[in-house]
Amino acid sequence: MTAIRQGHVTGALLGVLWMAVVAVTVAVAMSFATGAGFRPGLIGILVAGLVSGLAPLYLPNRWAVSGLTFVVVAALSFAGAGPVQIGSGVSALSVLISLLVTALSAGIGMGAILKGVTPGPLTRHVFEAAVIRFLTGFGYIFFTAIVIIPFYVMVMTSLKSQQALLQNPLDFSLDLGRGVDLFRSYIELFRDFNFGTYLWTSFYVSVLTVIITLAFSIPGAYAVARLRFRGAKAFSRGILLIYMVPMIVLALPIYIGFSMAGLRNTIFGIVIIYPVTTIPVGLYMLQGYFRGLPAEVEEAGLMDGLSRLAVIWKITLPLALPALASVSLYVFMIAWNEFLLAFMLLDDPSKFTLTRGVTMLNSSEIPRQHLMAGAVIATLPIMVIFLGLERFMTKGLTAGSVKG
Amino acid sequence: MTDLTPPTRRGPLAKREARLAWGLLAPTLLSVSLVVIVPLLAIFWISFKPVELADLRPTAPIVRESLRGEGDDMRVEYRLRNSSRTDPIAGVTLSDTLPEGLVPTGEVEGACSLDGQRLTCDFGDIEGGFNERIRVPVTLEGDAEAVEAAAEASEPVVTGKGRNVLTDATFTLDNFRMVFDGGEFWSVLGITLFYAVFGTIGALVVGLFAAMLLDKSFRGQGILRGLYLFPYVAPVIAVAFTWVTLFDPFSGSANALLVQMGVSSQAINFFGERPLALIMVTLFEIWRYFPLSFLFILARMQSIDTDMYEAADMDGASPFQKFWYLSLPQLLGILSVLFLLRFIWTFNKFDDIFLLTGGNAGTRTLTVNVYEQAFALSNIGAGAAVAVVVFLCLLIFSILFFKTMSREEGL
Repeated sequence: MTAIRQGHVTGALLGVLWMAVVAVTVAVAMSFATGAGFRPGLIGILVAGLVSGLAPLYLPNRWAVSGLTFVVVAALSFAGAGPVQIGSGVSALSVLISLLVTALSAGIGMGAILKGVTPGPLTRHVFEAAVIRFLTGFGYIFFTAIVIIPFYVMVMTSLKSQQALLQNPLDFSLDLGRGVDLFRSYIELFRDFNFGTYLWTSFYVSVLTVIITLAFSIPGAYAVARLRFRGAKAFSRGILLIYMVPMIVLALPIYIGFSMAGLRNTIFGIVIIYPVTTIPVGLYMLQGYFRGLPAEVEEAGLMDGLSRLAVIWKITLPLALPALASVSLYVFMIAWNEFLLAFMLLDDPSKFTLTRGVTMLNSSEIPRQHLMAGAVIATLPIMVIFLGLERFMTKGLTAGSVKG
Repeated sequence: MTDLTPPTRRGPLAKREARLAWGLLAPTLLSVSLVVIVPLLAIFWISFKPVELADLRPTAPIVRESLRGEGDDMRVEYRLRNSSRTDPIAGVTLSDTLPEGLVPTGEVEGACSLDGQRLTCDFGDIEGGFNERIRVPVTLEGDAEAVEAAAEASEPVVTGKGRNVLTDATFTLDNFRMVFDGGEFWSVLGITLFYAVFGTIGALVVGLFAAMLLDKSFRGQGILRGLYLFPYVAPVIAVAFTWVTLFDPFSGSANALLVQMGVSSQAINFFGERPLALIMVTLFEIWRYFPLSFLFILARMQSIDTDMYEAADMDGASPFQKFWYLSLPQLLGILSVLFLLRFIWTFNKFDDIFLLTGGNAGTRTLTVNVYEQAFALSNIGAGAAVAVVVFLCLLIFSILFFKTMSREEGL
């Protein structure tokens, strides 16, 4: 360990690692943005990484480090051994951008990472702080990349044409000259594949699910949280247990039962079954919240002559509004995203929910961009709701998402 | 001297409260037991029965009535058949009343007899594949169209008890024998455990890393937190199909990128090769569920008292020491609860693998096997048997979970 805890060794090591992170990031980002050939180069990473890792030990500020790194990166690239190798046919602007971004991220990054690191032996604190700053930087890039790339691919694929996709799967640059034609997949989905209906079906099924779930779980949660009765504890555990029963185990008998009762292929059947899967969740989340409310207010209400039900309606519910919002959002999300039951119970294309409709697009006869456009249509509403009400949603997730 | 000990029995108030509680719980209890308990019992029942997908439509006699011929050769024809080609039906009878205007002119042959306008037939027991026509010669009187309409409007009544495999008393252990035979079960179980263990641990470790990144306030922290939740919030079909598109061997961007970067010389079939497909679905699981663990861990982290860290600073602890000796022990509780919960849920996961690979290329887990047996192989009984196995596994895990849970009353 002490061998690594030397200013030069630490600087060099972190410099090379950081340069590798930057080079890979820039190469991937530029490839996805332009579709042209960008790849990380090993020699460039080693040399430029050493320079950017050692420079902060001697140079006064990060701009000087960035400047030096830029010169080295540019020289290496000119010699054909840059940290980011650039294929032929790339516009001068892209080359310049990739060089600048590489050098600046490496320079500024290393300047920040190696803050306080001096040549010679380092104390444990300084060394670990530098490593942590490197890991933090790496973490932000890593997580942002793995989250953004799939969603970026989803949106961009839906806007491309079949030929363009097969020609160069990496090229996600948009041909803005196509105008409205860009949204052709969406237009076709709504015109020929009934997606407007599916969107509406999914919406009202989800809303009905939320309403029914609340109607059942509010009284239940109140009873578990406030009233004393034998078996209260066993009951609240039982709820959690039921919550863990896998849907696929239940789906089989439900399928058989629905086939016999003629409820398969009906929206009514779906509206019956969805709330039952979400009531335990709602009950579990709400009872936790009800327990946290002060009982004194309710007792005051009781003293003033309100009945228990009036207390729930006039005192508990208004106090629990934020929790109700969280539960509603969470239940809406579950119902909106539900796939298994819709897939098993609905066969008639006129009654599909959105998720079932998107599954239908997964066939070799339907072009990929239609599938991705369907995915975008299914994702967009829930994302808008999520971003708009993130505070409630996050709370709902933490409270209730024992479930996957 | 009166007895001053407190009452040991429950008073009327307590009783009233309990009654109200059960009243409030009744709708939930009723609906949940209808959709959870009844199906659970049903799945145990079905797992011991030789049920195929086709048996869901019980064997029954089917009759079609039609008016045929013209003028003198007019006849009402009934065609009676057994819906099953193999199973017999007991006590089959047919009865129908001919409408006014259709006058029977001759006798009917076979099992039937005519009494004025009323036709009754008794076939007794019929074999599988039974198919017979009964002709009643008639003459038409009055308005032809009205009579025809009336003839079609009167539905003949058939009775008969077919064998219904779902409710009769035939039981078999074949389903379980099929599930456990041939070594396939153990490979399926192995795959399920690999997926559940590594998916869970991976999601926890990645989630812990993400939580540490966000456990400080800076500008844009809220945005990043929202962004990192995307994989979990988006519908599973959308993200699963996106992964399939992204890693497609022919037109996938990931392959194009790898080839271009020189990592691989040819396209890799990520979701079609053993054991790569299993690793890929596990990675997907980690990617999709790390937000959840990160949310939980972050919430716990932010509730740790900062005094402790200040004390550690005074004592000269380094950042790694603080993490290892202070944060991690504090997080151990939530981590173990999360591990068990996520393990159970990953073990039970169906949608993700089903959408990504359909259970091909060595990714068939127990839950996918339920579907595969029941619907792809049309053997409902065998599917139910697998479901029973899944449920028993779940029971063992939840006992473990509740033991841990009562120790860690944090969640």
